[in-house]
Amino acid sequence: MNENLRPVNRIAAPIKGLAHRFAYLGLIVAAFGLMMLGKADTVTVERFRAQATDAFAPILDAVSRPIATVNEIVTEARELAALRVENARLREERARLLQWQAAGRKLEAQNAALRDLLNFIPREAKAFISARVIADSGGAFAHSLILNSGERDGVRRGQAVVSGDGLIGRVIGVGSRSSRVLLITDLNSRIPVITEQSRTRAVLAGNNSVRPVLKHLPAGIFVVPGERIVTSGDGGAFPAGLPVGVVVSVSDRGIGVQPFVASDRVEYVRVVDYGADAGVPSGRTAAARPAVQED
Amino acid sequence: MKPSIWLRLDHWARRLTPFGLSLLLVVINVLPLHIPSFARVSPILAMIAVYHWAIYRPDLMPAYAVFVIGFLHDLLSGVPMGIHALVFLSVYGVVIWQRRFLVGKSFIIAWLGFAIVGTGAAVQSWVLISAFNGTLVDPRALVYQYALTFGFYPILAWAFLRWQQAFLKAE
Repeated sequence: MNENLRPVNRIAAPIKGLAHRFAYLGLIVAAFGLMMLGKADTVTVERFRAQATDAFAPILDAVSRPIATVNEIVTEARELAALRVENARLREERARLLQWQAAGRKLEAQNAALRDLLNFIPREAKAFISARVIADSGGAFAHSLILNSGERDGVRRGQAVVSGDGLIGRVIGVGSRSSRVLLITDLNSRIPVITEQSRTRAVLAGNNSVRPVLKHLPAGIFVVPGERIVTSGDGGAFPAGLPVGVVVSVSDRGIGVQPFVASDRVEYVRVVDYGADAGVPSGRTAAARPAVQED
Repeated sequence: MKPSIWLRLDHWARRLTPFGLSLLLVVINVLPLHIPSFARVSPILAMIAVYHWAIYRPDLMPAYAVFVIGFLHDLLSGVPMGIHALVFLSVYGVVIWQRRFLVGKSFIIAWLGFAIVGTGAAVQSWVLISAFNGTLVDPRALVYQYALTFGFYPILAWAFLRWQQAFLKAE
């Protein structure tokens, strides 16, 4: 504050100022260097990020719990107020779902019979890893979550992350006790999908808005609003048939998809342990695999 | 007479608080609040801290501390590394450059200054992120995010001023 009080400072101050200026410029260059490094060597930077995030995971885990509790209380209070209406709605829904259950059972039996006929070996998901969301941010530019499960729990890079309603994203960075999930709405997210009715393959591309868009559709294919989108399983890392979203808008600017999951409401997610040994089929599977495309 | 070890420890602990509080704000920033769409427009709290301490106590908020705060922000929030380190350093640089004008002015002037510097920071981060991704990203969420950051400024700045009076005055 009072720099010019002593005569020594009168000489030292400009030198100090110069040193400060150099340090400042050095830091600016370092920040640019970091960005270049992030662009050039994504894998190393993501690994570093995962390990550094690991160090903060216990803090985030601890601090996010009270917030979740408060949230639960608020939600419960709100639900309590609307209990009657909710009950009536659920009765109605139950009646409708019972009809669906009957239809589903019939189709399941039919499907099993047809699979027997074809000698079809499905690739089922091996297991689910449950995890809690301990950080959700990135602001306007990065749509990602941090989970409190990592390598020691069996989470691997590339695995699909789902909640009860559908696909949330995929794991892009894994530390030993935490992992980062890239949401399907992020600018860098690309998910191979298929339309449920017309069986058209496409890529669901995030664009940092709430509605990702369908890209790379075959020429001459029309998709109508209301059509459900599920994962196609192309590329091998994802199980096929995970619900993703529903087409809500078709325009010149693209085909907008509303995801089934509002990822900012989710507290617990499941990581689908599927791709871990997907590349190494067991002997039985390899021998018995018929020449049928699996969907 | 040399001050006792405890006195010096207390002195240093107090001097570290601006940096420590800023790091805390970075962590608070990424906590999942489960409010719909809030994570996309959550205010950048650490930027307020950098701006405030650069005006009132630049001796306690050196440039490398600003770099570390920005770096941690990038690390935890998942945006490309270095972007907020650079944006925060730019905010810091502008404030130090115009410090003579900003220091000792009324609260409204400081707030206005933050709005101007923050707008520059928003444009800068949009340019950086667009260049990094090689595409013009949608700026709408960013506009809301910075609007919220301006809105949060008075609350945090008030808290910082109180903190300053309570713990950093006797020097």
